[in-house]
Amino acid sequence: MSAVLQNLVNQPYKHGFVTDIESDIAPRGLSEDTIKLISAKKDEPEWLLEFRLKAYQQWLKMEEPKWPNVKYPKIDFQAISYYSAPKPKKKLSSMDEVDPELLRTFEKLGVPMHERAALAGVAVDVIFDSVSVATTYKQKLAEVGIIFCSISEAVHMHPELVKQYLGTVVPVGDNYYAALNSAVFTDGTFCFLPKGVKCPMDLSTYFRINTEESGQFERTLIIAEEGASVSYLEGCTAPKFDTNQLHAAVVELVALDNADIKYSTVQNWYAGDENGLGGIYNFVTKRGLAKGVNSRISWTQVETGSAITWKYPSCVLQGDNSVGEFYSVAVTNNYQQADTGTKMVHLGKNTRSTIVSKGISAGHSNNSYRGLVRIAPTAAGARNYSQCDSMLIGGECSANTFPYIQVRNHTAKVEHEASTSKIGEDQLFYFAQRGIGNEEAVSMIINGFCKDVFQQLPMEFAVEATKLLGFKLEGSVG
Amino acid sequence: MIYQDSKTLLEVRGLRATVNGIEILKGIDLTVRSGEIHAIMGTNGSGKSTLAKVLAGHNAYKVTGGSVTFEGGNLFDLEPEERARAGLFLAFQYPIEIPGVANSHFLRLAYNTVQAQRGKEELDPLEFEDFVREKMKLLEMNPDFLDRGVNEGFSGGEKKRNEILQMALLEPRLAILDETDSGLDIDALKSVTNGVNQLTNKDNATILVTHYQRLLNYIVPDYVHVMESGRIIKTGGKELALELETRGYDWVSVEQRTAARV
Repeated sequence: MSAVLQNLVNQPYKHGFVTDIESDIAPRGLSEDTIKLISAKKDEPEWLLEFRLKAYQQWLKMEEPKWPNVKYPKIDFQAISYYSAPKPKKKLSSMDEVDPELLRTFEKLGVPMHERAALAGVAVDVIFDSVSVATTYKQKLAEVGIIFCSISEAVHMHPELVKQYLGTVVPVGDNYYAALNSAVFTDGTFCFLPKGVKCPMDLSTYFRINTEESGQFERTLIIAEEGASVSYLEGCTAPKFDTNQLHAAVVELVALDNADIKYSTVQNWYAGDENGLGGIYNFVTKRGLAKGVNSRISWTQVETGSAITWKYPSCVLQGDNSVGEFYSVAVTNNYQQADTGTKMVHLGKNTRSTIVSKGISAGHSNNSYRGLVRIAPTAAGARNYSQCDSMLIGGECSANTFPYIQVRNHTAKVEHEASTSKIGEDQLFYFAQRGIGNEEAVSMIINGFCKDVFQQLPMEFAVEATKLLGFKLEGSVG
Repeated sequence: MIYQDSKTLLEVRGLRATVNGIEILKGIDLTVRSGEIHAIMGTNGSGKSTLAKVLAGHNAYKVTGGSVTFEGGNLFDLEPEERARAGLFLAFQYPIEIPGVANSHFLRLAYNTVQAQRGKEELDPLEFEDFVREKMKLLEMNPDFLDRGVNEGFSGGEKKRNEILQMALLEPRLAILDETDSGLDIDALKSVTNGVNQLTNKDNATILVTHYQRLLNYIVPDYVHVMESGRIIKTGGKELALELETRGYDWVSVEQRTAARV
């Protein structure tokens, strides 16, 4: 049994190939000069360089967080190259002009993006390494006043908006990795929805790390003005390398009165091989500010990749009656480590939050949920419901739950439920006795377990996530 | 019912099996022909449920001796799911809950898997819905069952009905009902056994594993076997069950020991 159990997880990473495109790589190492180089390469205004340098100064004084329940060798930040951009053969004005090699890469990933964009009605702002190569549907979105572009472009085209909001949700000195990102971020996505605009389609970005040992520092900023709403999808997949790669992104969301932002992620960065060699370090800061009354921030994530995941998409519920949601599936296998969860900070009156976390551990992996629910004295009538379920596959993995609850208002109501289960021989035997083989049984059990989260995903993402999970856990149970 | 010249479905010879190194089955002989209903009775720990699980292929049990032929082939050549597809069905004593998986989805997948094996037509969700609803009437089941998670939060009686519903869908050649009567109130017992009776015919066979004679008032066996310490120590007709009811299991063991001494 356990031998068969071991087999189901060990599926080679399908997306492990390197695209042969000439890259423009900055020398390794981090210093004020590197930051000035990045800023100069991107032709940035003075205030942004100051923002970066301020972050760098803060970062120098900070220490890497030691509290996550993960283990890894010390990162040499001087060994990382902080800037890498694919050299386009000529200036691009449409998708047809995109490097065919690059397009083939997307096809290998099973994401023919132009087709996908057209068929699914999804606008895809493609990030290939650190620079946006092509942006589609931008015109269509512009007609209703939505700005959807790379953050570098936004810095030039809409500096006042970027300046107004950048670093307001995640300050430059928020944490070690956020400070690093603020100092060296190279590109990312910017989205602005003006007052009253409901985005007519789901917006989507595919991220992909391509150059070996190039740190990837994306910066995403989404702003929904009064009454606006948007659903944003982020999908990740990275090629296979033996040396570890650092990925420290920052995502900031701002929702004003009655605005609604839904942010969905499927993360499948390279997780390392079956012996725990290689893989991405995914140290991400994601936070949404529900600033206005009746605003809503909703995070949905399906985390299957990365050697180490350190990530807590959070909501600061400032506006009265604002709503925060966190729906998460985190899968770890082989020697993967995940310490992930959320923070719900209730400041406004009658604010509500929901946390549904599903952790699945297989192989020798370690999967922790870490969550904070904080009810401030001002948050009269606040409510939170948390549900944290863990599922173990095999006998070598572990699951942990670290829920922190701080309630400073006696009218608040906080509920926490947790469970741990194991895919056991008896469950598999029950399926087998009805003619259903182990792989299909595991897939059904896992999808049943994750149903509450998958329901929150946009349709095509839900299908992708279901497949991804089956693929990740294939061979782990038998 | 016993038919003349009926085919042998299951032939168990000298079957021995262990769990965690402890021998539970110590040489079982049993022949089941199509059309027959066998009851296997015995006290707790006599090995009845182990026999059921070994036949179905639970891998916690290790077969250490003997042979089992199912429809002429070696049963132990088949994986558990292959045995199921070949028409061996086990109604579980404790059906497993599978949270979040809709019962209708599970039932349809099981049904289609077995249909495919038999070279018969598979049903799409809409066709299956009509089909399964008919079968559910047989067991007086509420259609709500289809939308709930598999056995999730079901009462004991609901779980057992769900087992027999699966039997009705999969139409096995040999059905082994492990303590299907346990935990059932009298009304549930009546509808479950009524369902089973409608499913038995001259081409299939049923093995009832039970503790109590009560079940046999509703499903009348052709043979009654008494198990003790991993062996079948006595075989008789349906009247044996009644005798057990009045005289207890001890009586058989004593009789056996006396016989052995003579």
